[in-house]
Amino acid sequence: MSTLLSFRDVWVEYGDRIIIEKLNLDIEEGAFVSVVGPSGAGKSSFLRLILGQEGPSRGVITLDDTPLKPECGPDRGVVFQRYSVFPHLSALRNTILGVECEKAPVLGRLFGSARRAAQEEATEMLTAVGLGHSLDLYPAQMSGGMQQRLAIAQALVKRPRILLLDEPFGALDPGIRADMHALIRNLWRKYSLTIVMVTHDIREAFTLGTRVLALDKRRHDPHAPHRFGATVVYDLPMRERAEASSEENENITIDVKRNN
Amino acid sequence: MRWVNRQVGRGGRVLLGATPILLLLLVYIVMAASRHAVNPADKILPLPGAMADSMAALLFVPDQLTGQLVFWADTLASLQRLGIGLGISTLMALVVGLALGVLPPVRATFGPLVTGIAVIPPIALLPILFIALGLGETAKVALIVIGIAPVMIRDIAAHVSALPKEQVIKALTLGANSWQVMIRVALPQAMPRLLHAIRLALGPAWVFLISAEAIASDVGLGYRIFLVRRYLSMDVILPYVAWIALLAIVMDAALTFLSHRLFPWAHGESH
Repeated sequence: MSTLLSFRDVWVEYGDRIIIEKLNLDIEEGAFVSVVGPSGAGKSSFLRLILGQEGPSRGVITLDDTPLKPECGPDRGVVFQRYSVFPHLSALRNTILGVECEKAPVLGRLFGSARRAAQEEATEMLTAVGLGHSLDLYPAQMSGGMQQRLAIAQALVKRPRILLLDEPFGALDPGIRADMHALIRNLWRKYSLTIVMVTHDIREAFTLGTRVLALDKRRHDPHAPHRFGATVVYDLPMRERAEASSEENENITIDVKRNN
Repeated sequence: MRWVNRQVGRGGRVLLGATPILLLLLVYIVMAASRHAVNPADKILPLPGAMADSMAALLFVPDQLTGQLVFWADTLASLQRLGIGLGISTLMALVVGLALGVLPPVRATFGPLVTGIAVIPPIALLPILFIALGLGETAKVALIVIGIAPVMIRDIAAHVSALPKEQVIKALTLGANSWQVMIRVALPQAMPRLLHAIRLALGPAWVFLISAEAIASDVGLGYRIFLVRRYLSMDVILPYVAWIALLAIVMDAALTFLSHRLFPWAHGESH
């Protein structure tokens, strides 16, 4: 596996507050990286760095050996815990949006055969996440789990190099969360995705990831807690277990119980 | 049962809603009748019959000077001014509000200017408008626009910039540029708010319309009211006020209906 994303001596500082210090990290293509850590340990900053929402204060982040611009782009897809889908568009049109933005820079809409092609592609992706029968529903008519499925389909239609998940299942109830775990694993395998998932749920991090990163501060000054930043303190490869469990997970289909 | 839990049915709502209105009408008629019992020529509280007589003249008899049906000419002139003023304001709110809300450099440049214009009492600008634009239609429409556009612009800008940041980021990761964020993410979500802003602006728009017509005009609902005031013609003023109220209610209801019809996703309907 080749290195897809690499951090070289990356620091994030706001004034004299240090959030992330001296982060060196390589993420291989096809990895499913779970990121855990206590609150305030820079998990969100880490995600924002990859997303391009902000740039590092020092150091370099490279994607495919080219430095990342500090701006969000279509090579990195994202699913947030909430607000990931557009409330004014139906499921199908939410998913087509990515194609429309690329191919219709002025109108932002496609017509005729281009539109039909985009619709087919979007329908296929929605079917893959289990929303094949809910193409015309608006997000307000969907359950939380369905909205997250839609958000995943919306991101995957752009075939991003990296899919970023920011506590994507945090607001879902346990049964639906299990379905979503099976779904994301299947999609990861089917589309050979590279996924970086930030989560609060340690169990989720270990069951899903092929690699678990724990972010925390190495040093702590009780008189100046902001003087030291967080970095990767544990980097645990889970590959063997992931491969082993993949055998028994083979028969998991998307949303067997049809409960969301 | 506690009062907060007492739900009123459809029939009950009509009955309860009509009661105070009918009561008020009854009180008026009783008071008017008692005044007329003392002085049959009383002009302050005219009886419905007198109102109907004088309104019939305005409704159906052409004016000797202009040959127009006065009531309809007034209504048409006022609605035209109101419509043009509201239309221009709405367009400005949409274009300027959207740009202010979505694009930080535009907000930094024009935000203070819009805020500055919004805090000026529009009536204080009326003399300037009359001096600069003359006493014709332009000045009246301009007063309405200056009166309501800044508030609407700020409302739309605030609504757009309050959209969840995640939505904009999501759109960017889907490959959208600034323009596409504006027309595909911000604009559709600003539309229901825009209709709401028009509804709220209707009240002030009427105020500025009547003010402008009262000061310099030769036709219009506000002009007529202020004209007949000289003759204590309450029998014309009261029906005119009622007519203005009716027009305002119809416009408000139409906007609400339109919003539910065009943007069902914004009203939690079809759930």
